[in-house]
Amino acid sequence: MSIAHNWRLRNQRYRLVGEVCGNCGAKLFPPRDVCPACGHSMATPSLTPMQGENPPEGTNQTTAYVFSGRGEVYSYSTVYQAPEGYGEFVPYTVALVKLEEGPLVTAQLADVDPDEVRIGMPVEMVTRKLKEEGKDGIIVYGYKFRPRLKA
Amino acid sequence: MREVAIIGIGQTKVGEHWEKSLRQLAAEAIRVAMHDAGIERADALYVGNALSGEIAHQEHLGALVADFAGLKGIEAVKVEAGGASGAAALRVGYLAVASGLNDVVVVCGVGKMTDRIEAMRTAALALTLDGDYEAAHGLSLAAVWALIMRRYMHEYGVKHEDFAPFTMNAHSNAMGNPYAMFRRPISAEAFARAPMIADPIGLLDMAPLADGAAAVVLCPARQGREFTDKAVEIVASAAATDAVALHDREDPLFLRAAHLSAQRAYQLAGVKAEEIDIFELHDESTIAAALSLEACGFAERGQGVRLAQEGKIALNGRIPISTMGGLKARGNPVGATGLYQVVEVVQQLRGEAGVNQVKGARLGMAQSLGGSGATAITHILAA
Repeated sequence: MSIAHNWRLRNQRYRLVGEVCGNCGAKLFPPRDVCPACGHSMATPSLTPMQGENPPEGTNQTTAYVFSGRGEVYSYSTVYQAPEGYGEFVPYTVALVKLEEGPLVTAQLADVDPDEVRIGMPVEMVTRKLKEEGKDGIIVYGYKFRPRLKA
Repeated sequence: MREVAIIGIGQTKVGEHWEKSLRQLAAEAIRVAMHDAGIERADALYVGNALSGEIAHQEHLGALVADFAGLKGIEAVKVEAGGASGAAALRVGYLAVASGLNDVVVVCGVGKMTDRIEAMRTAALALTLDGDYEAAHGLSLAAVWALIMRRYMHEYGVKHEDFAPFTMNAHSNAMGNPYAMFRRPISAEAFARAPMIADPIGLLDMAPLADGAAAVVLCPARQGREFTDKAVEIVASAAATDAVALHDREDPLFLRAAHLSAQRAYQLAGVKAEEIDIFELHDESTIAAALSLEACGFAERGQGVRLAQEGKIALNGRIPISTMGGLKARGNPVGATGLYQVVEVVQQLRGEAGVNQVKGARLGMAQSLGGSGATAITHILAA
């Protein structure tokens, strides 16, 4: 994946920036041009909010939305035969995570023993290395999920 | 719109064809099909393939294969829909003849997967997932099926070993198919002991990637008899899509595209699921086979595995599947697979399936999936 391609995804990769449909209120990750829930055609939000500043409820403009990163494991699998580029991480566990705001997201799990993963396990987002684009290429970072730490 | 018939079929063996290139495999299947139909020329060629650019360093297959198959000059394009590319090419060929604009059309599916090492093939197949939100996180296609399977096992109380009958049935049938890649039986013990690819998906849950090509010749059904007395009619052709990423699906345990495509096909053919005599489904994984049976109305939700356990998918069962080995044992040359499924249904309907003959087969259904089910293309054929 090229530098420009990864750069375009930075808000999603580093901060789980999605959006709220201005027509039906559905919270979506990632952002889209057409709402999959109601079909409303959405302009790309022009502002990325600062961390913590989500739009007030009830607004009917399509706006960016920063997900909290909290969720639970919906399903998981430990990969033993990896695609090229991910071999150094084998074995690694991938999961479908149900974010507390609703959407499902696909990501690797981190900081957890594969044998301890359970469906329903509470998790939280962290930023980790996804891969290296070869010896001289960029290092790609993005979201993974670890077991939610209790205070 | 006119009715469309298949008047010729051709296929190569499925396997690791180190001596044969992509264009050679395609040309071989096409020449066999054209000979079977008794034709020397055609109006158009549609080539189903996925990943030729990535693995064989070759795009622009329509023109290339037309030239090397002796059809230089006619219209020809490559058609792609992930694992459903072969079926997609057949759909385009069907539309060309049904529309009245072409009379004799050749459709070929070709796959050349084995020139690259395992990790590279896995990465190439992952191109049929959502690149930004699935593949970028290290997912393989097997891992996506694994996520579905683990959740399915959780919701329906099914164990991994319960899926063994799909693999055992496929391998048992492949023993009677000289074109199949793996022609030896697999036991339930071997299935349970197989190493994990992405758990719970093991080595014997996933169909092997391979090389191969299969082709059919189409013409208007009314003219079929001019060419052959073994014409088989395409009574339905229907395609549907779903979200590419598993996490974007409304119900991750339901193959909605397969369901929509099958429903539409039943409607077009004027038949119900109960009337289908054979179902060449997309058994790229054991869970895909179970979910395909559920999506197409052969089993209730969560009961697809039980259908297999009760032997209902066997050649003498209520709904025979993988009758010539399926993707699992005949092999999966990706873009060619959709055409192998249709060629096998034609063999069954012609009564040419040998020891694998399903007695009295009159209506056969072939369904191909792209990615983890985002594309589904269904054809129903009648003897």
